[in-house]
Amino acid sequence: MDPVEIIQHTAGGVIGMSWLMIAFPLLGATILLVFNRYTNRWGHLLGVAMSLASFVVAVLAFVQLLGLPEAQRRQAVHLWEFIPGMVDMGLLVDPLSIAFALLITGVGSLIHIYSIGYMAHDPDRRRFFAYLNLFVAAMLLLVLADNYLALFIGWEGVGLASYLLIGFWQFKPSAAVAAKKAFVVNRVGDFGLLVGMFLIWTTFGTLAFAELKPITSENPTTLAIGLLLLLGACGKSAQLPLQSWLLDAMEGPTPVSALIHAATMVTAGVYLVVRSGAFFFPEGSGAALAVAIVGAATLLAGAIIGCAKDDIKKGLAGSTMSQIGYMMLGAGLGPVGYAFAIGHLITHGFFKADMFLGAGSVMHAMNDEVNMRKYGGLRKYMPITFATFFIGYLAIIGFPLLSGYFTKDGIIESAIHAEPVLGWLAVLGAGLTGFYMSRMVFMTFFGEKRWDKEAHPHESPAVMTVPLIVLSIGSIFLGGYLVLSNTLLLWLAPAVGRPAELPGFHPFSVPGLSTLALVAVGAAFAWFKYGRAEVPAVQPRGSFLTTFARRDLYGDALNESLIMRPGQWLTRLAVYFDNRGIDGVVNGLAAGIGGSSGRLRRLQTGFARTYALSILFGAAILTGALLLVGNI
Amino acid sequence: MTTQYLILSGLLFAIGAVGVLIRRNAIVVFMCVELMLNACNLAFVTFARQVGNLEGQIIAFFVMVVAAAEVVVGLAIIVTIFRTRRSASVDDANLLKY
Amino acid sequence: MGETITFWVLAVVSVGAALGMVFNRKAVYSALMLGTVMLCLAVLYAVQEAPFLAAVQIIVYTGAVMMLFLFVLMLVGVDSSDSLVETLRGQRFWAVIAGIGFASLIVLAVGNATFGSQAGLAAATAQGGGYVRSIALLLFTKYVFAFEVTSALLITAALAAMVLAHRERVAKKATQKDLSRARFLSDRPTPLPGPGTYARGNAVDMPALLPDGSVSEESVNPYIARYDVEQDRLPSDPKFAEAIRARAEEESE
Repeated sequence: MDPVEIIQHTAGGVIGMSWLMIAFPLLGATILLVFNRYTNRWGHLLGVAMSLASFVVAVLAFVQLLGLPEAQRRQAVHLWEFIPGMVDMGLLVDPLSIAFALLITGVGSLIHIYSIGYMAHDPDRRRFFAYLNLFVAAMLLLVLADNYLALFIGWEGVGLASYLLIGFWQFKPSAAVAAKKAFVVNRVGDFGLLVGMFLIWTTFGTLAFAELKPITSENPTTLAIGLLLLLGACGKSAQLPLQSWLLDAMEGPTPVSALIHAATMVTAGVYLVVRSGAFFFPEGSGAALAVAIVGAATLLAGAIIGCAKDDIKKGLAGSTMSQIGYMMLGAGLGPVGYAFAIGHLITHGFFKADMFLGAGSVMHAMNDEVNMRKYGGLRKYMPITFATFFIGYLAIIGFPLLSGYFTKDGIIESAIHAEPVLGWLAVLGAGLTGFYMSRMVFMTFFGEKRWDKEAHPHESPAVMTVPLIVLSIGSIFLGGYLVLSNTLLLWLAPAVGRPAELPGFHPFSVPGLSTLALVAVGAAFAWFKYGRAEVPAVQPRGSFLTTFARRDLYGDALNESLIMRPGQWLTRLAVYFDNRGIDGVVNGLAAGIGGSSGRLRRLQTGFARTYALSILFGAAILTGALLLVGNI
Repeated sequence: MTTQYLILSGLLFAIGAVGVLIRRNAIVVFMCVELMLNACNLAFVTFARQVGNLEGQIIAFFVMVVAAAEVVVGLAIIVTIFRTRRSASVDDANLLKY
Repeated sequence: MGETITFWVLAVVSVGAALGMVFNRKAVYSALMLGTVMLCLAVLYAVQEAPFLAAVQIIVYTGAVMMLFLFVLMLVGVDSSDSLVETLRGQRFWAVIAGIGFASLIVLAVGNATFGSQAGLAAATAQGGGYVRSIALLLFTKYVFAFEVTSALLITAALAAMVLAHRERVAKKATQKDLSRARFLSDRPTPLPGPGTYARGNAVDMPALLPDGSVSEESVNPYIARYDVEQDRLPSDPKFAEAIRARAEEESE
């Protein structure tokens, strides 16, 4: 079944006011940036208030949407004529966008609150909240936009906010470089999205979702558009081959990693694919298959990277890549997968934010140490952090009855049903997830203390632990609520379409059991290697495969040798040509004129009589010429 | 007769021009300029008679007026320069060059 | 016939005088030669039916302009004759070449041209009712604007001459007291020794003898000393001759 028609919103109510969701955080960012240091004392409170206000609007809009019949659940709110005759600025409030809005404002508000504590000692805390608010506004514009152009503005807005926040501690060269890298790599994806938009405009003459028609079969144009949009999604969501920026992006403050690089922004690619699904990624098309392949490849790559990292945040970043790979895999499977992809996206938003914030809490306690080889035995010192992190851990490895179990299992089942090879790869990825997440938990919270002398671990203040608790509660129950009895699938059906037959939940199928078995093997292996055995304080040399994973699968090296080096050679060639060729001609011309002028100016002797002589010669020549031609 | 008058005029003009070129005393240079102006006047007067029109004489008259004004200002400048540089040579004022 | 004779006589005189003006070292002679040329031209104007211009030529040029030249010459220094050495390389050669070339081109052009018979001014004069009336008619009708503008030009020139020649006094005028103080602060507070007196020659150019019997160079006017040296009028006494020569050299420095 196709998605229902988008109808123009006419009645009043909160949906008509949904622009407030964007306006609140934007206003907050503006105030904080314009009145900068005058708002230092209460700036963080304003930031939290704006985010919460946005959340309230989102909840109210959600409630209003619930009250409408299914056929009216896609409401377009016209705001103003954006480019006359071409694009109107408007918002689309439908089940998909409101699900995202709830996730963004909900998790975003929790992270805002957490940041009050985490950034308490940072002199630039006010600026941090300004950027966070800016990010929330841009992300909401991205998901609420009713056309590709407005989506693109939000897309670039989150890119900007991401750049500003990764480089928040810009005095650290590594942070500045990481921010630049994220920006540049994202430009590649944006290029794809932009060209895709051009193609959509020239092919269909519109950029509005309401005017595009769902397709059933693919033609070369839609395939090209789909692949270009996929490129954009890869850039934003750190999928292969544009994955390299995400690991470096961990240079930003931890709340940023939780909000932008785990829960929300990096999932924008999944949103883009799901939102465009009916138009360019119909079930069984080449574009959809490409999405699934990219997802499967990235989920394995992220998992392998995650296995080798000693930096807790980079380990989590690898895990994020891997989990978004699952979502992309789901998004490549059509309407069945969409529900699981979005479901996994939402639960992942909770448990990954939970774990990132937990990691932030650990770092907070350990003097900003990120090397897990210097942790160990922390569970007794930070009970709340440990408990919440452990819940997140259980959720992500797919421990039965927790959130991740339902959503990930749904993706794997659907994938095996549709694309068996990719599905079994996803099962393998689940096993790897079990290994590397267990390794992380064992290295951090179990075993011997391997701390530095100065470390005095302590539990974090309530302003940080309360969001952790809320997020971990979500990590426990959300998955079951969304997947059992297909709540999310039915909710999203008006927006993304409904599959021919509803998937059932089969806990004792072959794939489900083998996934659980592989996860158990991975966790057990991690226990033997890192839980029971002593963890060396210095990284051991490791095998070829370990080095491969530690170096991020040589992604940077590949980029360097394939793109950067040829680019540099090209630049050097251009510089050489410019210096020798163009500059040579220009300089030669200038030198020639300068030299001849230097000689010619010697004619200007300063003696009036010399000049008079030349005048007389001139007069004589003129007379002679007149004599010759005029015959006077 | 017109031809002879004109040739005389041309000769006087050329002599004046050569004088401007080879003399260094600014006052003498000025005199040579006056000679050239006078040579022109002779040509004007000659042509006036040749074509039977008085306007040539009027032009010669205006030339004289302008020459008188020019001499006044020029000599004043020479006096000023002489006062500051103690020299009336045109070659001494040669600073405006390359 | 009369005009032809007049022309040839005056042509030879004026060309000769013009050449003399250009090639004479002394500026005063040049001025006199120029006066000659102008007078010749005045006569030629009269011959060519332009009596008005002849009168203006004599009054304005020979009268006013030539007087102004002579006046300035006197002001600047009569004896400042040009040296014969040409400082600009090739200037004299090329000037003569250009002059001859230009003159021969003019001669060629005029010689090639064929003129009809002279129209003469009789008709034009008769039309205005007499020569002076005709001139006046043209000046005050057709050329009245140009005529008035020349008056503005002359006033401007007069003002300009006054402004240029006027010297602003930058320092206070020295009083008798200042001069006296300056004299006593200088190396020589006393007047220079007066020239000696000899029956044999002009007393002014003879050096004085100081009380100790030595010759005083300073007693001779340096200009006179130079004149004596140039004219070779040195006294026979080598002591005096030496003193005058030294004084003359001093001056030329």
